[in-house]
Formats: sequence, C-alpha cells, structure tokens
Amino acid sequence: MNRRPFDPRLLRRVPAARRDLAVLAVLGGLTALLVVAQATALATLLATAVDGRLHRPALAGFAAAVAARALVNWAQGTVAARAAATVKAALRADLLRAVGRHGPGWVAGQRAGQLATLAGRGLDALDAYFTGYLPQLVLSVTVPLAVLARIVVADWSSALIIALTIPLIPVFGALLGWQAQAATERQWRRLSRLGGHFLDMVAGLPTLRAFGRAGAQVDVVRRMADGHRQATVRTLRIAFLSALVLELVATLSVALVAVPVGIRLLGGGITLSTALLVLLLTPEAYLPLRTAGSRFHASMEGLTALDEALTVSAAPAAAAPAAAPARTPAGAGEIRFEGVTVEYERTTALRDVTLTVRPGDRIAVIGPSGAGKSTLLGLLLGFVTPTAGRVTVDGVDLARTDLDAWRRQVAWVPQRAHLFAASLADNIRLGAPDTTDAALGRAVTDAALDDVVAALPDGLSTELGERGHGLSSGQRQRVALARAFLRDAPVVLLDEPTARLDSASEAVVLAATRRLVAGRTALLVAHRPALLADADRIIRVEDGRVTELTPAPAGKAS
Amino acid sequence: MSPGPIVPDRPDQPGRAVPGGVSADGATPAARDPGPPTPAEAVPPELAAGALPTEPTPDEAPPAGPVTDEAIPAGPVTDEAVPAGSAGGVRAERTVLRLARPYLGRLVGAGLLAAATEFAGLALMATATWLLMSAAGRPPLDRLTVAIVAVRALAISRGVFRYTERLAGHDAVLRMITDVRARVFGTLAARRDTPSQRSGDALSRLVSDVEAVQDLLLRVLVPGAAAGLVSVLAVGGAALISLPAAGVLAAGLLVAGVALPALATALTRRAADEVAPLRGALAVDAVDLTHGAADLAAFGATGAALAAANRRARRLARLERRLAAAGFAVDAAGVLVGGLTAAAVVAVALRAGVGGVLVGVLAVGALAAVEVALALVGAARQHTQLRAALDRVAALLTGPAPATGAAPTPGTGTGIAPSPAVGAAGTTGRTRAGAPAGAGTEAAPSGHDVRFDEVTVRYRTGAAPALDRVSLDLPAGRRVAVVGPSGAGKSTLAAVLTGAVRPDTGRVTLDGLDVSAYPAEDLPRAIGGLLAEAYVFHASVRENLLLGRPRASEAELTAATRAAGLLDWVRAQPADWDTVVGEEGGQLSGGQRQRLALARALLAAPAVLVLDEPTEGLDPAAADAVLASALAATPAGHSVLLISHRLSGLAGLDEIVVLDAGRVVQRGRHAELVARPGWYREQWLLQAAAERGYLALTP
Repeated sequence: MNRRPFDPRLLRRVPAARRDLAVLAVLGGLTALLVVAQATALATLLATAVDGRLHRPALAGFAAAVAARALVNWAQGTVAARAAATVKAALRADLLRAVGRHGPGWVAGQRAGQLATLAGRGLDALDAYFTGYLPQLVLSVTVPLAVLARIVVADWSSALIIALTIPLIPVFGALLGWQAQAATERQWRRLSRLGGHFLDMVAGLPTLRAFGRAGAQVDVVRRMADGHRQATVRTLRIAFLSALVLELVATLSVALVAVPVGIRLLGGGITLSTALLVLLLTPEAYLPLRTAGSRFHASMEGLTALDEALTVSAAPAAAAPAAAPARTPAGAGEIRFEGVTVEYERTTALRDVTLTVRPGDRIAVIGPSGAGKSTLLGLLLGFVTPTAGRVTVDGVDLARTDLDAWRRQVAWVPQRAHLFAASLADNIRLGAPDTTDAALGRAVTDAALDDVVAALPDGLSTELGERGHGLSSGQRQRVALARAFLRDAPVVLLDEPTARLDSASEAVVLAATRRLVAGRTALLVAHRPALLADADRIIRVEDGRVTELTPAPAGKAS
Repeated sequence: MSPGPIVPDRPDQPGRAVPGGVSADGATPAARDPGPPTPAEAVPPELAAGALPTEPTPDEAPPAGPVTDEAIPAGPVTDEAVPAGSAGGVRAERTVLRLARPYLGRLVGAGLLAAATEFAGLALMATATWLLMSAAGRPPLDRLTVAIVAVRALAISRGVFRYTERLAGHDAVLRMITDVRARVFGTLAARRDTPSQRSGDALSRLVSDVEAVQDLLLRVLVPGAAAGLVSVLAVGGAALISLPAAGVLAAGLLVAGVALPALATALTRRAADEVAPLRGALAVDAVDLTHGAADLAAFGATGAALAAANRRARRLARLERRLAAAGFAVDAAGVLVGGLTAAAVVAVALRAGVGGVLVGVLAVGALAAVEVALALVGAARQHTQLRAALDRVAALLTGPAPATGAAPTPGTGTGIAPSPAVGAAGTTGRTRAGAPAGAGTEAAPSGHDVRFDEVTVRYRTGAAPALDRVSLDLPAGRRVAVVGPSGAGKSTLAAVLTGAVRPDTGRVTLDGLDVSAYPAEDLPRAIGGLLAEAYVFHASVRENLLLGRPRASEAELTAATRAAGLLDWVRAQPADWDTVVGEEGGQLSGGQRQRLALARALLAAPAVLVLDEPTEGLDPAAADAVLASALAATPAGHSVLLISHRLSGLAGLDEIVVLDAGRVVQRGRHAELVARPGWYREQWLLQAAAERGYLALTP
C-alpha cells in the first residue's frame, strides 16, 4: 500500500489543483509567521504588564496577529476544501470517462461494483485528507522552522535544544507506530473474529430462527461482545501508549528548554520578554508534528481511494480504434465471422468460428449455458474483440469501424437489461432522446408495455428507482423490447429474452419478440422451443464451437 | 451465460464492515481516535463523509432482477422506516443513554479524567507563566519551589491523565456497546420477519449504527462534559484573581462553547441536507454508468449519460466549496475568540489593578481555556453527524420488547451453538440405517399433519398475490415437491409454512392448530429444515451442524454429513469437524456450503422437513445423488416439502405441485405430469436437454 503522505501523480492528473495546493503552502508559511508574531506580541505585552503598564502597540499587534491568523485559518480550510472538491470532481470525471473509453467488456463484473463505489462515495474520503491532514502536513514543516528562526535570534542556546529534540517526535512516532501496529496485528485475527461475530449473527438470524435458536443466542452475542471489549482494551493499552510517550517527549523537550531559561532569568542573564517568548513558542514547535502524526491514520482511507482512482483511470485502453475509421457498414449487409477466436483470462469462449449471416436471416442460437452464446452477440456489438480472426459487416472489419455508428444499426435485448434511475419514458428513449410521443407510444404498444404503463401511478413519466427498482423481470424485459422497437434497426440481437419469466409474462414477451424480429436480420439466443419456431436457421454453440443444425427437422419458419 | 464479461449481472458483494474499534486496514485502533478533540484537531467539518449517514449506498437498493424474484420481499419495513433527523433526536438519545445507566460510574470517571487532563494542561501553562514572570523579579528560590514542583507534576500528569482517560472511556463505552449489541440482537431475534432479505450493506449499517452509540459517548458527551467542567473551573479560578477579568473570560467561553457549537450544528445540518441528495444522485449515476455500461454503449447513450454525471459532479463541487467557506468560518471565529478574549482579559485586569504576574497568568490561562471550550465545536459537529444512526438504534430498541428469559447457555468459546456436548446425549436411536432420528434427549417429534387451506399471500395491497388460494395436504410421512418458474411463489409457500409470513386469507395448520399460534421458538422442532438463504456461520463445521441439533452425537453428525455428501470432505480436512468455514462460509465452495446447510437440516430432522432448493449450486449428477440420499436419510414417518426448480429426481415423490404466478396449475406424480402436455412436461424436456447440452427440437 502506498504510505507516502502525498501522491505526486495527483499534480499531473489534476492540474487544476496545483494552484490551490500552492496557495495552501503559502498559507502554511503565513500561519507560521503569524504564530511567531502573536507570541512575540504577547511576550512583550506581558513583560510590560509586570510593571503594571499596558503596552498598547503590543496589544494592538497581538489582536492584529490573532485576527490575521483567524483569516488565514479560514482561508486554509476553504482552499483545502476547494482543492478537495476540484480533485474529486476531476477524478470522478476521469473514472467515468475511463468506463466510456474502455467499453462494457472492461467494466463488467467485479470492476463495475468497485468503480461505482469509488466514483460514488469512495472519493468523498478525500475530504478528510485534504482538509484535515494536508494543511497540517504543511504546518509541520513551516511552523517548527519559523519558530526556530525566531528563537535563534532571541536566544540561540534554546534554539539549539529545540533543533536537537524536534526530530525525536517523528522518530519516536514511527518506532511506536510500528510497535502498536505489530501488537494490533498479533490480535488482529481474534479482534476481527470477535468483532465480526455480531454481524455474522444478525446476517444469519433467519437461519437461527429456522432452528429455533435465535433467543438462545442473545447470551452468546453478549459474551462474544464482551470478549471483543477485552481484546480491544488490551490492544488499546499499547496503542494509546504511543500517544502518551510522544506527549511526554514533547513535554520533556519543553522542560529542557525552560529550565535553563528560568535559571538564567533568576541570574539576570536573559530578559523577561525573551524568556516569555521562548516559553510561549517552544510548545508550538512540537505540536504540528504530533497533530499531523495523529491524523495520518484517519486520512489513510482517502489516500487509498486516491491511489485506486489514479490507478484505475490511468489504465490504458485495450485497443485504440484505428486512426482513420473505415466507412460505416450498412446494417443490411452480410455479417461474417471469419475464423473468430475469443479468449478470456482463463477460458476460451469461442474457437475458430466461421459463420455467415445473410440479410434477413433469423438465426436461433442454442447450446448449454457458458458455451459462448452471449460472446457471439458481444462480438457483433463490439463489446468483445476477437483474439484471432475478424468480424465483418458488409465487408467492413468491425474492429476498424466507428462502433457508435455501427451500433446505431443494431437493436439489442440483453438477458437482463439495466434500467436507469430515470422516468420510464427516458428509459425507453435511451439513445433516442428526441423521440416523439407518438413513436414512443407505438414502441410501448409493440412491446406490450401498455398495461404496465397503465398500472403505474404516473404512466410513462413514472420515475423508476435505482436499477429500475419497482418493475418485475417480465416488465423490465418488455422495457428492453420497447427500446429495441424504438431503435428500429435492421439487425436485432436477443439474448434469451424469456429466460426466468413466468409463463404469463413469457407468452407476452414471446409475442412481442415475434413482432420485433419480423423483417429484420436477427440472432436469438434461445432455450424455448417456442422461439425456435420463428427461426429459419439454428446454430448450436458448444464448448466454443459453432455447428449449423439447419435444416432442422422441425425448426423451419412458417 | 458465457464466461465472457458481457452483462454485469451480479449484485456486488458488499464490503463487510469490521465492527469494533479496529479499522479494516489493520491500523491500530488509535487510527479511529486521533487524540482528544482539541479545536485545532476537530477541523474536518461540515462535509466529512460521515455527515451523511442517512443516504443509502448505491448498491443497497434491492436488485429487482430475477435474483430476488424468488425471494420473499422484506415484509413490513422495519427499523429503517424512521426518517433520518426526525424530531425524535432528543428522545433517541435518551433511549440510548438509558442503556448507559449501569456504567454511569465508569463514564463519570472517564469524564472526570478527561476534565483533569484538560485542566492539567491549562494549569501547566498558567503556572509556568507565573513561575517565569516571578523569576524575573529575582525572588529567593524557595518561594518558587512549590510552583516548580507543580509544573513538573502537571506536565507528567497531563499525559498520564489522558492515557488513563482514554482507556477508561473506551472500556466503559465498550461495556455499554456489549449491552447494546445484545439488546439489538434480542430485539431482532424476537421478530418473525426476515431481516436477512436486506442487503449486506444494510446489515453493515446496522453494525455501524450501533457503533454510533460509542461515538456519541466517546467523542461527544465525555469531551463535551470535560470541556464544560474545565470552563467553569477556569472562570472560577479567574474570579479569585479578578472579577472583571473573570467576567470577560466567561463571555469568551460562552461564545466559544455555546454560540459557535450551535452555529456549527446548524451549518453541519444544512450542509448535510443540501449535499446528501446530490451525493446520492451522483452515486446512482456511478451505478448507472458502470452497471449499465453495456446498455448505454449499445444504444449510443454513453456520452449523454457521462455529460449528465459530470454536470452533477461539478454542481456538487461548487456546492461543497460554498459550504466549506461557511464551515471554516466557524473555526476561524474560534481562533479570533481565543485571542480577543486573552487581549480583553489583559486590558481589563490591568485596569482593575491586578498585579503584573497575575495578568500574565490570566492571559495565558484564558488562551488555554478558550481552546478547551472550542472542543465543543467538534463535539457538536460529531453529534450532528450521529443523529440519523442514533435515531435508527433507538427506534430498534424501543420497538417490540426483546425476547427475555432466553435459556442461559454454557459457553463454547467461538459461539454459535450452545454446548456441543457430543455424545453426552447418550442414546442415538435410529429408525432406519444411517438416519438420525429424533431419539436423542429431545422428545422425538412424532409425525405431524400439515394442511394449507386456501392460502393467499399478498405482499403489497394492489399487487398480484404471491400465493393465490393454494391448498395442500401434507400428512405425516408424505413427500411433496413444489416446482414452478421463478417468482411463482415457491419460497413464499415455505415461508408461510415456517411461520415467517402470515397468510392474508386462508390458514396453514399443524395437527389442526394454526402455525402462527405456535411460539416462534417451538415451531422449528416440528417444521423446519433448509430454507432459502440458509446461512453458514463463521465457525467450525461442527458448530454449524450442531445448530440443527445441539446435542447430536458424533454418529448422528456423521450420518447427516454422509447423506449430504460432505463427509469425505470433512474427513479430508486436517482439523476434521473443527475446520472453520470462514466468513459466510467463504472458505467453502458454493456446493460445499449447500451440502453443509443440507446436513444441518437433516440433523435437525423436524417432523416436517422443508428443503428449499437443497441442491442449488451442485452440478446435475451430484444434485441427483444428494437429493436421493437426503430423501433416503429422512425417517419414514417424517413428511418432506421439497422446493425445486430442477425437475429430475422427483419420480419417487408422492405428489408434485406446479405453481405459476401463485396458483397451483398442475399436480400429480412425476409419471402423470410428464405424460400430459403442460409446463411440467415442457420444462422437463427442456432441462434434460439443457443439462445434456442438446436441445430437443421436437415439441
């Protein structure tokens, strides 16, 4: 894991943040100067107050320094938050653009969840890093330097002691941090087991209930939670010790400075105002380092998110399209798979597939699950690129064409369409936002969505929940069909449109599917005999190989 | 589905939060505890991610896809129904704090130690100043001795106080959390609904909600009380020197400790209200762009969706910048108040004729005191961020009374099954070779007759019924399979039978008595088995199995495990029965997990054995073998309700019921159903074909 407190890649990737970070550094310097100014004024003020006099210029100076410090403090926070907002917005855009650049094949599966979380809430962890840790990091450099510079002028022997003892803070911090971490890691398994027990029990509650053991587990939960407490407190004893030692180190360092100053003061070897200045400033030198150290762990989450975001969005696109895309193939052209092999990381989905789809062909694709049927459709959509061989449409290699233009000729009904958190109408109009209401209505009717729309509170304007929450699978499938109708494309790809539907929904979707494929080139991944009846060719995909079953005994289109 | 990553179709595995004070990266617990919240450290303000605990995370929404079609919708929504930030804030705290009563002494002790820490710091600065300024007058050394000793003592004791306070505070609060966890679990356990239908994220949130109680005490109440106490002491101390100066100090402390925290609360609340919806929308955008990437690309809509998401991200950034300016103004005001109070104290004290040395003491003391009081700003922010979580915990705890009087169980160390007194049960009666029967120490459940009488279940008013006037007879010893497409109501049938769901009309009876009339703890002895979402606990194989029958003998364990086809695997493990299966059974394959759950159900051997998809996740050959041996292992007098989407291996059953859209559409024995046209026959041909990788083309 990257444990550096600042990731230099950030400056390269988000140039807009450079200025904010520079301002942050300047403000850190200003703060340091103001700390010194404030202490100087206060020392003078108090030194004259001993004689019962009010040193008005010093009072005014003190007030001014405080006011300026407040202002700089505000600016620091605001600029840090600005930088956080800028960086987050830029990284979010980068991440989401990476999704667009790499295409759906790259984003599928595990990565989709990771990306969604990262681009959604994951990056918000950067707030703590930017507003809490980074400014403190700057201060831990500027303040000790400014304090040292001021004390050198006033009393060089004190400055010498400070310069020698300050490094003890980071050194002890690191040593103790390792110790504490080792102690935690020794306990880690036990802690996480005990800590996870509660979640385990709650998650398994239905099972406990099914065996009539739920009530009996209450005491077990209590006992385990108590075990967790004991283990935690044991670990904390060591962890808190490091804070104690650092505090004592700082205190002793201050004492090392203060005692000689006091003795010299008694002997008259130093003025009161200098002595006060040294006393007021010395603790300031140690404080920022301790604070930065204690905040480092809290900012780790943000640093991890940052690292992840920078790494993911920097991944190069698999295959950049050719510089000059070939012409867009006509959808009504012939589709050819020429010796196509597709290999994924661990498996080979298709082996040396050669297949010609003539315009107007309606081809049913059958075969056991996992045989490569969906990959066949993925190739035509450009989601999957062949490892060997090529796919051509109308004589144009799909790898060299403008995929968006080609996809405009294709309507796709996936196994499970993603529905968006938008209105039902917008979900259907996906990709054709300017559709007239009349056309939308026709698509709705064609896809047998009428009764669904009628049952919704706001009809087509009903807002769907996240991932289309609120519609059943049969209804979602009909939304996907409506999208395809609206696309009105010469090529139709259907991936088991009736899988997992109850019989009533299946009949409706089947009827709509028939209407959709009429008069178009269609590839249907199918399990149902009913769908096969509409195909005029049947191919079987098994173990990555394609065999033509046509003319089949009972598969001819009527 | 091809192995190709075409369609993202798995809801993401939600990350598991590790409860307790230890962060997931293995960092020390101190990572969560960056020291005492002095004002300078409490900076992360209004926009901290924690400010928005009310918004569900994107992946939490139940995926409405076919995955859950079969599952029972989470019935009446329970604890999450409480709107965040409801007016019940104060009430919620009171509920939570009532739990703190047994630990009041410890908590007060921690608070006093915290106050002592802060006070030692303040006194240290004041005494050191006094010492130095007195020294300038060159008094005889013995006049300073007391102060010198005091400075040394204060310097050391401050650190020691802080150490003790943190430890004592954590110990007290963790003791209380133990109570809260037990109470929350007890409340949930007393319910009949099925909270596991909620996603893993919601469960993690429940856990982190409980930890909000910890934060309330450790980061709000204890430091807040300490800051208040020290402020009062500081004003009192100042009053001993000069009344007017004490008045000025009191005014400064009121601003720092009352006005600014109130302002911070208002700002944090407003920020959360404004930012939360935008962040939520952005999270949904991210889900749509990633999980919907294929759909967007296929329809050429990626660009538009990307632009919309970016617009929202920029809007959020603008809002965050604006709110940060207001939020940090509070911190800046805190700095200003500290300095101005000190300056005013000096001016007032001098005018009042206070001695020079004491003026210094007052000034430095005032600076330190305001700094202590500013800790209340951090506490106020933290408090505001905890609101929603506290409300949820309180709502949960004030719900139905928890099950009390749970039989105390002897400890087992790792904790799921009570005392695994293997073999202690003595007799291991069998009705059939290899079949564990209920002849252990528990009363052997004799046969029971179950009847479904015109059962209708509707999850929402107006929605299509999940079960529509279903009748079913399950006399003792009968074996019935329920089959049908996804969403047909099969799992609902099982849920009604086990009492997890109440029928809207009609009734289910066990020996003539309504099942809902049985106590929740007793029914499982008669009706139970392998239900949907069978959970495998993070414990040993033995403990997972003993859940089914706490006093099972080694021989019974062996028999049940053999019937489920898991015995060879268990024997091959170095730790044998004590093999730990990992979180949610993560060390097992899907098939092994299923076999373990099945073995547990067989070991429990209720008189009415429900098996909901017992062979899910097994390959066809293994599925047939396991189903056959499981049925053979069930004692003859026990009845079986088998729920399955696979149709093979059903030839020996007494009756097969085909459900579609909640209605019984076909019923009969396998041979009869295959002979007649209909869903069963079609599906049977189809499945046989699909499993062979060959599709029968003739209808």
